[in-house]
Amino acid sequence: MPLLWLFLLVLAIAAGAFVLARTRVLTLSGQDRRSLHSLPIYYGSNAAMKSAVPALLMLVLWLLAQPFYVNKTVSDMIPDSAIVESSSRNLVLAEVRRAADGLDLAVSTGGMTEDEARNMQADISDVTTRLSDAGAILTSEITRPVLRAAQQFRVLNSTGYNIMSVMVLLIAAAGALWGIRETKPDFRARNVVEQGIRALLIAAASIAILTTLGIVLSLVFNTIEFFRLYPASEFFFGTNWAPSFSGRGGASDLGILPLLWGTFYISIVALIVAVPIGLFAAIYLSEYAGPKVRAFAKPMLEVLAGIPTIVYGLFALLTVGPLLVRVFGDDGLGWMQAGTAVMTAGLVMGIMLIPFVSSLSDDIINAVPQSMRDGSYGLGATQSETIRQVVLPAALPGIVGAILLAASRAIGETMIVVLGAGAAARLSLNPFDAMTTVTAKIVSQLTGDSDFASPEALVAFALGMTLFVITLGLNVFALYIVRKYREQYE
Amino acid sequence: MYDIPHHTQETAVTDVKIKAKDVQVYYGDNHAIKDVSVEIDNNTVTAFIGPSGCGKSTFLRCLNRMNDTIDICRVEGDILIDGDDIYDKRVDPVQLRAKVGMVFQKPNPFPKSIYDNIAYGPRIHGMARNKAELDDIVERALRRGAIWDEVKDRLQAPGTGLSGGQQQRLCIARAVATEPEVLLMDEPCSALDPIATAQVEELIDELRQNYAVVIVTHSMQQAARVSQKTAFFHLGNLVEYDDTSKIFTNPEDSRTESYITGRIG
Ligand SMILES: Nc1ncnc2c1ncn2[C@@H]1O[C@H](COP(=O)(O)OP(=O)(O)OP(=O)(O)O)[C@@H](O)[C@H]1O
Ligand SMILES: [Mg+2]
Repeated sequence: MPLLWLFLLVLAIAAGAFVLARTRVLTLSGQDRRSLHSLPIYYGSNAAMKSAVPALLMLVLWLLAQPFYVNKTVSDMIPDSAIVESSSRNLVLAEVRRAADGLDLAVSTGGMTEDEARNMQADISDVTTRLSDAGAILTSEITRPVLRAAQQFRVLNSTGYNIMSVMVLLIAAAGALWGIRETKPDFRARNVVEQGIRALLIAAASIAILTTLGIVLSLVFNTIEFFRLYPASEFFFGTNWAPSFSGRGGASDLGILPLLWGTFYISIVALIVAVPIGLFAAIYLSEYAGPKVRAFAKPMLEVLAGIPTIVYGLFALLTVGPLLVRVFGDDGLGWMQAGTAVMTAGLVMGIMLIPFVSSLSDDIINAVPQSMRDGSYGLGATQSETIRQVVLPAALPGIVGAILLAASRAIGETMIVVLGAGAAARLSLNPFDAMTTVTAKIVSQLTGDSDFASPEALVAFALGMTLFVITLGLNVFALYIVRKYREQYE
Repeated sequence: MYDIPHHTQETAVTDVKIKAKDVQVYYGDNHAIKDVSVEIDNNTVTAFIGPSGCGKSTFLRCLNRMNDTIDICRVEGDILIDGDDIYDKRVDPVQLRAKVGMVFQKPNPFPKSIYDNIAYGPRIHGMARNKAELDDIVERALRRGAIWDEVKDRLQAPGTGLSGGQQQRLCIARAVATEPEVLLMDEPCSALDPIATAQVEELIDELRQNYAVVIVTHSMQQAARVSQKTAFFHLGNLVEYDDTSKIFTNPEDSRTESYITGRIG
């Protein structure tokens, strides 16, 4: 039975339970709603919940567990001798799955009957040709153990799914029955539903937290793995970044300092552009602009925030870079070798951050109470005096928080750097030199055809971990400041 | 009915400081002040009384053009201070507000230190030549605000950390520090205990020697105690404006009588 059908059936059973429980409680109470503990809808929801939730839970668990079991059984069937030829057991298992998919395909297109597909004694070469005729993708002629395993794989899977369907439907029916039977006028259905909703919310929250935890753990383990292959001190204090891709041999220099410097330098340039412009724009919009200008200008600024960063990257590469070269390049001042430079990426990243800074600051400035401005005007202060001496100091912690959030975005930005700043890791003070950042290097370390177990690839995790710690620190600091600021007017 | 201190009876030589004629105020479509004409004397305390929402604060805010900061607010009619129309195009509202100080209904200390709160106005207007002078101004203002003793040891503490009543007195001191010619006080004692109230009333009486003071209050006793003139507002209209002693002993309008005896409002 296809999964979708199973799912719909469970829902249908739950809907039936809802209707039945609701009718039952109304009948039991003799249509007198006031004698019920809860509204009729709660009795229905209770029954529906009890039938659908355990059944769907079962479905999910089964779908998660079955592949493990099948893989394990099939893997045991493959003799070690079959593995010698290909490099690893995993590759053989992948071959088995492909063969099984091929058999499925052949059966569904009519190239093979179900019996033929299950025939243990089938001729290998015949099977191979028929599978490729059906359009299945096979690397080579399948071997006898692989074919056996593939056949077993199919059998296990289909019986597994059958048992699952029956179990799930049974559970749904049992749950429905349970829910309907406990439906009595004095049953506290409302409280039960309340707890169900609570459990749902807790589940959603835990999924979010657990995924984050999972990501962090995978970062941590791979980072530890990297430090086993490459000394941590050289990673953190090395001033040279020169990975040699494995296969070509030679030792790599994997010092993070040039990358951190590039990240830091580009972010600083970006913030120098974004903070004053964004902040002044916010002040203008919230304090000076009339309602008409504001209604027009705010959405315009926010359009900037909606542009994908790759477009900014193109802008950097094709417009800003050449423009800068014309002024600072060999024909002009002679400081710049090529269009890709810290300056190019920093300027464009700054433009990207303007709406970020301005809309956050605008919210914060608007949160300063009007009575504070009144107090200042009432003492004979001008508008700019009021802004400088009352509004901005009051909003300062929040603005600092906004700037820190912008900084952590700048640090994490990748596309603009890849296209605008070049790929050379370098420790230099000249903002017209090409440099690169941590994020850009993570991309380039993982997009080659390197072995994922080599230090050259694993370093990406160490880089990611470092980046994560830095931005997390910045975010926590920013949130702390923003919170502190919130308490101020209370 | 109310004991009226002796000074309200003395007829000081006074001239007109503020003259309002046919003032109308609209908040969008809401006609909040209707046809109000009033003459506020110099060296006099004028009390505005009336039920909540009748437009006392609104009219007070017209006198130093604070209503300019409200987008939807529109003021019509003439308001003259010392004979000059304050709504004239050539008048700079910023300078006007330095001359006509205001204490707001809700205490609104700046999120700065107590010292900086008081020093704010004097600094903007360059009233002190050096730190010592500024210190003097701050101390004098805090003493007049009847809060010096409570805060003299923590002038650098934030003004927002004071209690509601202390904040109110801080705002009074802040307004006094710029030495305005007219002081508008919107319920300056609403959060004060009797002792602090008495001190503020003393201050108001002292200010009267040099300035015109307008005070909005919900306390009939206070109006009777501190003011020489009283204006009774009702639903945006100025119902009656006369000597305080007259209003509280022998009001002309029946609405005034009902209000001061507690039957409306
Ligand atoms: N900022 C504003 N925007 C719109 N309407 C306002 C505004 N301020 C006051 N009003 C309206 O103007 C009218 C008068 O308000 P005002 O604040 O002057 O009353 P009040 O006499 O000071 O009352 P209270 O004694 O409660 O302070 C009210 O109807 C109020 O709704
Ligand atoms: Mg008021």
